[in-house]
Amino acid sequence: MEEKKFEPKIAAFVCNWCTYTGADLAGTSRLKYAPNIKMIRVPCTGRIDPVFIIKAFEKGADGVLISGCHPNDCHYNTGNFHARRRWILFKELLDFVGIDSTRLHFSWVSASEGKKFVDVVTEVVETVKNQGKFEKYAKINEEFFIHE
Amino acid sequence: MRIGVFICHCGENIGRTVDCEVVAESCGRFPGVVYSVENKYMCSDPGQNIVKNAIKEKNLDGIVVGSCSPHMHEKTFRKACADAGLNPYLFEMANLREHCSWVHEDKVEATKKAIDLTRIAVEKVKRNDPLSPIRVPVTKRSLVIGGGISGIQAALDIANAGFEVVLVEKEPSIGGHMSQLSETFPTLDCSQCILTPRMVEVYQHPKIKLLTYSEVENVEGFIGNFKVTIRKKARSIDETKCNGCGNCQQKCPIKKKAYNEFEENLAFRPAIYVPFPQAVPNIPVIDRNACTYYQTGKCQMCVKVCGREAIMFEQEDSFVTEDVGSIIVATGYKLYTIDKKPEESEIKGYGEYGYGRYKDVIDGLQFERIASASGPTSGEILRPSDKTVPKKIVFIQCVGSRDEAKGFSYCSKICCMYTAKHAMLYKHKVHEGEAYVFYMDIRAGGKGYDEFVRRAIEEDHVKYIRGRVSRIYEEKGKYIVKGVDTLSNMNVTIDADMVVLATAMVAQPNAAKLAQTIGMSYDKYGFYNEAHPKLRPVEVSTAGVFLAGACQSPKDIPESVSMASAAASKSLVLFGSDILEREPTIAKVNESVCAGCFYCQKVCAYNAVERKEIKDRNGNVVKVIAYVNSGLCQGCGTCNAVCPSKSVELIGFTDEQIYAEINAL
Repeated sequence: MEEKKFEPKIAAFVCNWCTYTGADLAGTSRLKYAPNIKMIRVPCTGRIDPVFIIKAFEKGADGVLISGCHPNDCHYNTGNFHARRRWILFKELLDFVGIDSTRLHFSWVSASEGKKFVDVVTEVVETVKNQGKFEKYAKINEEFFIHE
Repeated sequence: MRIGVFICHCGENIGRTVDCEVVAESCGRFPGVVYSVENKYMCSDPGQNIVKNAIKEKNLDGIVVGSCSPHMHEKTFRKACADAGLNPYLFEMANLREHCSWVHEDKVEATKKAIDLTRIAVEKVKRNDPLSPIRVPVTKRSLVIGGGISGIQAALDIANAGFEVVLVEKEPSIGGHMSQLSETFPTLDCSQCILTPRMVEVYQHPKIKLLTYSEVENVEGFIGNFKVTIRKKARSIDETKCNGCGNCQQKCPIKKKAYNEFEENLAFRPAIYVPFPQAVPNIPVIDRNACTYYQTGKCQMCVKVCGREAIMFEQEDSFVTEDVGSIIVATGYKLYTIDKKPEESEIKGYGEYGYGRYKDVIDGLQFERIASASGPTSGEILRPSDKTVPKKIVFIQCVGSRDEAKGFSYCSKICCMYTAKHAMLYKHKVHEGEAYVFYMDIRAGGKGYDEFVRRAIEEDHVKYIRGRVSRIYEEKGKYIVKGVDTLSNMNVTIDADMVVLATAMVAQPNAAKLAQTIGMSYDKYGFYNEAHPKLRPVEVSTAGVFLAGACQSPKDIPESVSMASAAASKSLVLFGSDILEREPTIAKVNESVCAGCFYCQKVCAYNAVERKEIKDRNGNVVKVIAYVNSGLCQGCGTCNAVCPSKSVELIGFTDEQIYAEINAL
């Protein structure tokens, strides 16, 4: 079987205080990771609406990463706890809406964990690469010809 | 909209891996973008002028700069926009350096990603609204947490500038670790002699409110407007009545039950005690675990001898609330030690050195107490086990520090210096004694520091051996130290009478808890993170909170003192204005859509969501809806995510903006 080199598209929703800054540190430290990931900065993981994730998959993301401050370390005290609870429930629903829940990744990366950020991204990229393209929503998009 | 895109090369930093010209050209074709250029340094004065001129000449109403992290230069470019008459919030940044050029190697891929990241920013800026900062008043008072030398210095600096300070110390006395030291390097100044005048100054200062034996329980609010709850632990003494005569301490029948913490467990103290003679305040505290009264209800010797009726067995913890504008965290460090009960100690390391098992294998602070004139041996160098003068002492550096296996990869910075000092003090007191130092490297950077180590080696004939110790065991009252001299490549065996371990400086055990209370971040060792390692070393990412001393990383006294003064001056900068401007990115309720379910209220960590009644013209309540108090809202957006009708929105990160970003991915 001939296989083309598949480069997945990964959307990341990260909080401003921990993971975004941790990713900055990865940059400052000149660590290297795959360019497949693109980050959307939000103030807190608590801001992330589950629909964002579905929307990202709909718009062609093959994997989604959510990352914020470690439990108890939230800049806004409890935002990441709300997020965590939300994901526990939401993950169950993902399969229902036709998204393989293993394509959604969560992690806690603090502002001082540049190395961890790189490890997380590398792992997510590898996993999604092995899973292949997320096609279900692309097909739906084609069939129903949804345009902005 | 008329959007301008400005791509920065950052010298070579971005330009090497990202083809900035291609990026600028591609971005020029994005819908809405009317002007797109690249420049070597966008943050430079000429770079900013390009933005300013373009705003005016091209009549731009949205700006995207693709350069470094917004944490770096967002403010710079916002100001440039404002200078050119454009609302500073009609600006977005694409992080092409930290999140692209520095982390990727393939130029084609990196350029593609840079274009994507800029497109995301362009789509967002199209949906930005002009905003103006929220203006809030500043409470010109400061809270200093920790009464060691750093906290003392910070408190005095602020108080001497004429502002009030609340100084909170968890121990019964201020002074911290510095009060335990015998002499200080590199001058061999007596530590207490230089510290105690400062302690007294704090106590007598009319602008300083000193709360000892107290801990910060809760912190609410934000820069300029913190509300801090402090727990005053029950001293079991009426502080207003006690005059510090010390009778209770002398007469307390508990003699050998409680270890003396100040003497690093080398001596005992009564159940009612003042930690050390120069303690500030000179008011005792009752150790309820040691006191007979709390176990059996009997004794009350202290009550009998107290002429002022100051003993209060029934006293309970009390709470005080303080309004402050800034917080200085100066909570210091702890030594990597084995406690008096090794089995209860968190640290299990260095069993091979007999640490915690052999009485004469001690740590640096214990040696400080032994060498101190006010210590348990009155300054005579004696072995803790049999009180004889040790003829040979082995000092081992880097115990814990620079040792990944023990969990601390960092250098504790002060040990090279204090070990040289210890060896020197020993040689000054025991002339015929032999001092050996096992070291990995000598790190003596600092004014007069290297000279000090040379003095120990050349004038005081301390024998330095470059190498590690593998094992220490007891034999006939001696401690056999087995090590290696890596310079001569020989095994070394020394029959020492005493061993002093220069153990690592570690973060306070409750460092993480305080960080969580205040909203600071910390590294994996528990040391607090500064906002920027080079340029903002005393600030943390939470505005209005500053760091001083060893709670940020191991450091010596002069460094701690300078950091404390820096933190104090940062506070004073804040107190320089009456009104403070805050980011306007907070939640806002769309009153016509809100159904009043108040999910937002339930998830708000700041109690910022209030109930607002909407009335008809006759004054009848039609509906109750949510209302966000802009003074309290911190802009996390958790309410936005839970709102079923999407009627509460986080300005600056609205659903519309984020969906636009997702669409542009």
